[in-house]
Amino acid sequence: MIKQDISKYKHVWVFIEHENGEVARVSFELLTKARELAKDLGCEVHAFTVGDKVKQFADEVFKYGAKKFFIIEDPFLKDYITEPYRDAIVHMIDKHKPEVVLIGATTLGRDLAGTIATVLQTGLTADTTGLDIDPKTKNLLMTRPTFGGNLMATIFCPDNRPQMSTSRPGVYKAIEEPVKGEVIKEKFEFDKSKYTKQIIEKIIEEGEKVNLGFYDIIVSGGFGMGSKDNMKLVQELADVLGGTWAASRKAVQSGWAPQTRQVGQTGQTVHPKIYIACGISGAIQHQAGMKSSEVIIAINKDPDAPIFEIATYGIVGDVVEVLPKMTQMFKEKLGKA
Amino acid sequence: MHFLVFIKQVPDAAQVRVDYETGTLIREGVPAIINPFDKHAIEAAVRLKDQFGGKVSVVCMGPPMAEDALKEAMSMGVDKAFLLSDRIFAGSDTLATSYALWAAAKQIIKEEGPVDIFFAGKQAIDGDTAQTGPGIATRFNVPLITYVVDVKKLDPEKKTVELVRLVESGQEVIQTTMPCFLTVEEELNTLSYAPLPYLIRAAKTPVKVLNSKNTEIEAEYCGLKNSPTKVRKAFTPPKRERGEMIEGDSVDSIINQLYEKIQPVLKTMGKV
Repeated sequence: MIKQDISKYKHVWVFIEHENGEVARVSFELLTKARELAKDLGCEVHAFTVGDKVKQFADEVFKYGAKKFFIIEDPFLKDYITEPYRDAIVHMIDKHKPEVVLIGATTLGRDLAGTIATVLQTGLTADTTGLDIDPKTKNLLMTRPTFGGNLMATIFCPDNRPQMSTSRPGVYKAIEEPVKGEVIKEKFEFDKSKYTKQIIEKIIEEGEKVNLGFYDIIVSGGFGMGSKDNMKLVQELADVLGGTWAASRKAVQSGWAPQTRQVGQTGQTVHPKIYIACGISGAIQHQAGMKSSEVIIAINKDPDAPIFEIATYGIVGDVVEVLPKMTQMFKEKLGKA
Repeated sequence: MHFLVFIKQVPDAAQVRVDYETGTLIREGVPAIINPFDKHAIEAAVRLKDQFGGKVSVVCMGPPMAEDALKEAMSMGVDKAFLLSDRIFAGSDTLATSYALWAAAKQIIKEEGPVDIFFAGKQAIDGDTAQTGPGIATRFNVPLITYVVDVKKLDPEKKTVELVRLVESGQEVIQTTMPCFLTVEEELNTLSYAPLPYLIRAAKTPVKVLNSKNTEIEAEYCGLKNSPTKVRKAFTPPKRERGEMIEGDSVDSIINQLYEKIQPVLKTMGKV
């Protein structure tokens, strides 16, 4: 292990993930959480990103409390490609030496974080759902689920800096706390011949991006829905309740729902006030993404389905029969008839 | 062509249960399997070998019992199997693991020749970190392509490959030079049944053991002591109590009962 002088590292940095000119919500969630950590550490929250045109995100970033926004702008960085993004970001981290670096645990964030940490030869904790500062040592304590959520582990990185973590989207709430911030432009000279990977086509699956973490009510359909057509029943109930709809991995794999709506270990983590699981057996991988919902309502034909082990209210029945009646009932009760 | 697959032997996470009394995992009787994502990486490498010729090597870091995983890999069509096993690796985190596997891969390259495509599963189902593959790719300084769902075109002359990978908004078609490093999704392929000749060869071919003596692995980068991240504590999450089953004579009666129960929550949300 490479020994470092860790006293030179200061401030909490949050990576601003963006695509098509839009910031990923998880970046705002992490800025909000970073304010808490910075308070405990007695330092500032800084945001950073690289890309073609990224200065435009400054106002939003300052709205969530970042005092400084470090950027590298270069047309070469128009699309996300692992290696040039890594090299530009490593350059900034090497120069400014943040104590903590937080990145969203999205497909992009997970692709990026591992390679950055390896170049920096520092520790990285993946997919965390809890971040705290140890009051004694001031180390970052990073808690994450393993074994499909059956075991939680609190990880720390005592001797290396920055302390890096990717954090699951939807774990922290994004709350504004505007400050007057400063944009700091950095430069990085790319040796373009070094990068031999390129995107030759982008296939966008669904126009809108779905951030399930945004909703208080989620109606989710699983393999027990029986067909893609029947997923409409899930959507209709979600509409009446003013929530959104989601799906289990099996339903996504069957082509009944886009991956962007998947809840679970390999999808999004959600904790709405009400989660209605329809025809979802509730494998631990699914539970890992929704177990912390306040009220869980499960509808399943199989009285022994594991989902009933964690459901607040369970209904044994055929979703295709129960859902339309539930939709009708809520329409009447919620005054939308 | 030479394909090198990194695999991990894991406890079948779907069968691991929690003992809430002691706050530990019940691993007894839980079978050790090849990490499911890694099996698809093996399958992909074997298919490319079938199409373009060459060989597939596979390496697994773990205790001696991980030999079972390597034997199974050989039954899937892998030609050379290496077990990276040494006490100095105990307690390695992802950075130390990627170091050891990188050093082992360099030894395999010495013995078996340069690699065109490195493969790994997108993540392991026990740790779920998805960090070791990217770590090895970074140490080799080769292009990294994660979440691969399709190998579209491979040009052995130009040494390029075209891949489809999953991203948040859909998919990307990537072209890259070889050597490159792919981490793969289950959707990449359907696993084949092991043909008899492979099974026979797997039974006959020994697994080569790599360790700190026969590779250039430096102990100062290995194991718990040299891992930047440490586990401070492990605990089982609080069990969510089983709730109430709502029963009734008709669906209408059941859903009306449900409404009465959740009405207070709907009220706090301003829905009713």
